[in-house]
Parts: sequence; C-alpha cells; structure tokens
Amino acid sequence: MRGFSSVRMIAVMLKEFVQMRRDRLTFGMIIGIPVLQLLLFGFAINNDPKGLPTAVQVRDESVYVRSLLKAIENTGYFVFTAQVHSEREAALLLDQGRVSFVITVPEDFSRRLMRGERPQVLVEADASDPSASVNAIAALSRLEMTALSHDLKGALAPASPSGAPIELRIQRRYNPEGISAYNIVPDLLGVILTMTMILITGLSVTRETERGTMENLLAMPLTPAEVMLGKIVPYVLIGYIQVAFTLLGARFVFHVPMLGSMWLLALALALFIAANLSVGFTFSTLARNQLQAMQMTFFFFLPSILLSGFMFPFRGMPGWAQSIGEILPLTHFLRAVRGILLKGNGWVEVWPHLWPLLIFLTLVSTLALSRYRRTLD
Amino acid sequence: MTALAIDARGLCKSFAGRVAVSNAAIQMPRGEVWGFLGPNGSGKTTTVRMLCGLLKPDAGEGACLGHDILTQTDAIKRETGYMTQKFSFWEDLSIRENLDFVARLYDMDNRRARVGKAIENLGLGHRQHQLAGMLSGGCKQRMALAACILHDPKLLLLDEPTAGVDPQARREFWEEIHRLSEQGLTVLVATHYMDEAERCDRIVYIAHGKMIARGTVGEVIAASHLVTRIAEGEGARHLAAEIGGKPGVEHAAFFGAALHISGQDGGALDAALAPIAGNPACGGARRNRALRMYSSI
Repeated sequence: MRGFSSVRMIAVMLKEFVQMRRDRLTFGMIIGIPVLQLLLFGFAINNDPKGLPTAVQVRDESVYVRSLLKAIENTGYFVFTAQVHSEREAALLLDQGRVSFVITVPEDFSRRLMRGERPQVLVEADASDPSASVNAIAALSRLEMTALSHDLKGALAPASPSGAPIELRIQRRYNPEGISAYNIVPDLLGVILTMTMILITGLSVTRETERGTMENLLAMPLTPAEVMLGKIVPYVLIGYIQVAFTLLGARFVFHVPMLGSMWLLALALALFIAANLSVGFTFSTLARNQLQAMQMTFFFFLPSILLSGFMFPFRGMPGWAQSIGEILPLTHFLRAVRGILLKGNGWVEVWPHLWPLLIFLTLVSTLALSRYRRTLD
Repeated sequence: MTALAIDARGLCKSFAGRVAVSNAAIQMPRGEVWGFLGPNGSGKTTTVRMLCGLLKPDAGEGACLGHDILTQTDAIKRETGYMTQKFSFWEDLSIRENLDFVARLYDMDNRRARVGKAIENLGLGHRQHQLAGMLSGGCKQRMALAACILHDPKLLLLDEPTAGVDPQARREFWEEIHRLSEQGLTVLVATHYMDEAERCDRIVYIAHGKMIARGTVGEVIAASHLVTRIAEGEGARHLAAEIGGKPGVEHAAFFGAALHISGQDGGALDAALAPIAGNPACGGARRNRALRMYSSI
C-alpha cells in the first residue's frame, strides 16, 4: 500500500480534470489571464509614449520659429493641440493635464537668433508622471544643435561649431527633481484601495451565500439597498484608515508634497472608494463562492493597474487601450490625486476627473442593485 | 383577518427544466400544527420557500397570512418566522449578537429586554457570549428557533428542524412547538420523521413534487390502503431478502429489530408470508405506519 501507484495518481488526476471542467470561472481565468496579459503588454503598454499633447505660445512669427516647431513635431514625441496666448491659459492646460508640454517662443526670438545671442525657448513639462515625459525631454535636448541647421547657413551660421544656436530651457513642473516616489506614493493610494475595497466587499457578500446565511438574510425584511449600504459603509471607513496610513507615510517618510486641499482629496477618495465598493458588490452578486469573488477581483485589478497610467504612461497606449482605461475608476482617481497633491489643483481642475467616477458609481451601483437577488432563484 | 394562515393553489416551480414542485396546494387554518412529510428531494423545501417569499413560483397563486405570496413578500417576511434546514445564523457571532441582529432587523422596541428574555427562555444565559459556531447541534437548533420567534411571528415555517438532533433534544423541541401552538402560533413543519408527523394536527404528504395525501395521520394511513405484518425475533434479520420480491409484498423494511412487511392486498400478503408463518420470528398483524408510504408511492 505504501508504494507509488500510478492508478491512484491517475485517479486524482482525472478527478482534478472533472472539477476543473465544473468550475468554469477558474478555467476561464486560466485561459483568460495569459490572453489578457499578452494583449495588454504586447499591444497596449508602451514605455516610450509619443504624440504627447503640447500647447504652443508663439510670440514671434518667423520662418525660424516655424522650422523650430516643425523640428520639434518631427521628433514624434509632440503633437501641437492648442495655441495659447497667455501664461494663465498655458498654466491651466497643464494643471488640468490636458497637455503635457507648453512651448513658449519669446517675441525677440528671431532678432536675438540673428544676432547670435542664443535665444531661449521655454519648454514647461508636466513631470507629475516622470516616466511619461523623460524620453520626450531627451529628444528635445538634441534639437538645440540640429533644429535650425538648414536655416542658419553662411553668415548666420553659429560662430563656434560646438555652440548651439538656441537654448531649449526645460522646466519640469510639479516634480522638478523627477523623484519617482512623488508620483508613485499618491498613486499607491488608488492601487491599494482598488485591491482591498473590491475584494473585501466581494468576499463579505459571497461569504453569506457560501455559509448559507444568505437564506436567512433574505427571509427577513431587508431591502437590497439596506444590505448594500450596510455592507459598504463599514468598508468605506476601513478605506479611510488605509488612506490615513498611506498619506502619513507619503508625508513623513517620502516627503511627498501635498499642495492641494485635503477636503477635495477626501471627496475624491469618497467617490473612488464607493466606486470600488460598488464593483465589489456587483462581483459578489455574480460569484457563487469566495474564491470566484477573488478571481473576479484579480481580473478587474489587472487592467486597472496596467491601463490606468499607474504602471505605464497613459498617453503611450493606443486609442483602444486608452478607451478601456477611461472606463476604469483608477485612471480618473490617479489624475485627481496627482493633481491635488502635486499640482495643488482646486475644484475647477479636479472636477473633470470626478464626474467620470460619479457616472461609474451610479451605473455600477444600479447594476449591483438590479443583480442582487431578493429570492433564492 | 382570513381564517387560513396559508392558502395557496397551483404552485409550480422548476429549476433548469427539472420540476421540483408541481401544482401544490395548501389550505391551512390558523392555530394548527401541520406536518409536511416527504422524502429527500420531494419538494418540501421548495414549497416552504415559495410560501415565505424566498422563491418566486413559476405558476400558481396564494396568500400567506392574507398577504399575496407573489407581490407582498415583505409583509409576509415581517409576520413569518422561517427556520432553514441548514443552520443559517452567523457562526462567528455570539448567541446574543445573533439575536440582537435579528431584533434590529425587525426594528423591535424594547430590544435589549426581549433579547434577554429569549436567551433566558433558551436557558443559555450563562453561554450567551459564546460563538454560535461553537454550540452543539441541539443548542444551535434551539437558538435558531428562538431567533425565528423573536419577532412574535404569526406563522412559523420549520424546514426539517430536527435533522441531526438527538432524540432527547427532539422531544424537547416538540414540546416547545406545542407550547407555541397553544399560544396561537400556526406551525408548518417539514420533516422526514413519521413520529414527528404523528404529533401534528394534520399532515400533507408530498413526493416527486406532487401532493398526494393530506388529512389527519389516521386518514392518510387509511387512504393508503396498506396492510402491514410485523416479523420480530431472532430470525427476522434474515427474512428481508427472502420475502422482498414475493407477490403481494410491496415493501419490507426494518424498524428497530422488527421487519415491517406491507402490501395493499392483505390476502396476497398473508399468502406470501405463509411459508414462513411457522417461523417463530413472525408476529401478528399490527397497525399500519405511514412511513411505509415512502417506498410504496
């Protein structure tokens, strides 16, 4: 009896296959996860984002300026999406995250260029996500030498061949030293909440089903909204405790700047936590046991961290991946939290990131409530 | 106030094409104790769940305590106590916490006092802070009953309340049911056990999703037209296989040490038993017991 029996081993093997076939969701995960990862990493993820939206503020219309802008655009990293006419307008676009760069050409650019005075062009970069802008900035610095080489010939040729005819002054806004902790620690707030909030609600409802206590709950006079809110509110509080720990760590361990209003952050957090809890609640109405609820959470978590701009620059992804990313609450929350903490964004700049959360929350809660079965059918 | 606690007709329910209950009807007066008898999978639980609003019938109509079972399930839930087959209270809450939770859900006034009284009635005062999961089967079941009647329901639906409970606890449980019944509570008990059914005012017998007999225990037995002979003694143990297939014998099974042999035709039954009549193991005819119906139907 002690020896190894292939018959017994095969018996176990066959039983495993039968059980695998019964558990469709696990089987789906086994097939689905590699496909999902392949698609996301292969097609959607791009560490070298190009075509970043750029605003230009041109105070000097000349052939040189046109050549310079052409050269900048030709690097492929920049797409001019807006013409601005004032510093305020430019700052607003950067604050809202609508553009990643603002290029300002001063009015005396051509004059000083011809005098060989090495005029400056100001490039303000949104460095709240350093990885998104680093390659673009590197490409810019090469342009100082080459951008105008066709236009500056003969008498206009630079006095010394080694000196560049222009200077591109790069100003990294919001995170001048490019410290990645500044960007990652606030982001982690969103990632931690996504993971724990969805999982914890998913489990808390499926646990009732799995242990048979759901039948008892249903037999008593409880409405779905009462169950849903009663299940969600405790975890909102847990969420805030997690936030408090993360923020304390961010402030005192990593010295992350916190420029904006904490009240605004609390509001964004409330919406974001509620959105995640509603996802968890929806999963719990779909899952038949706690394991399935966990698997669904993972299935949601994976695109959330990959497509939201947390791991990889959002603007580096192709259009279809960005559209998926725009659906995910984490995407909008990351924009809001970076805006509030690093850019000191106020209500006006943050609102564009909040209403998508509000819509998501409304839709998913409605789905959850309609899916919640009041009977055992 | 209608005189009937339960008044349902034509209840049907299928799960994924499999019929669980078809055309069930119950007209149960208030204040009685009814037994709902049938083997596993006969549709008892499904019927009870339809009555208290936990399942939506595919067809049929009815009222529970005067409330429509299709549209007024909230009202039914407030006035009904339903004890599930499997222990369905929270094992990680203490006895008191469980009862407290239930009391809050029914929005009871005087909650603290009523929960305290319920625990006292249970005789679990000294164990009220113990987790429900740590209780013995009998204690769990008593706690579940206490929780189900905490809100003073008018109708109590019990789904196999004594499964897995020892005989002593079963007896006490039934004493409690009768006490509650005397206070005016209407009780419908789904059960496998004939001795429990015999303690009911009436029984409804269900098999394969169909209700096939109803009435007092005596009426149901008479309607089954079964005659039973009982074989007892040392040799009885070996008789079952020998007698089983003979003409006239529809069913032979042991109850304790006695072999109960039943058939609808008394003459045929006796003829079949004649060869072994001289066997000292064979006793005389005794009264029928309806439990025999399990396999005769």
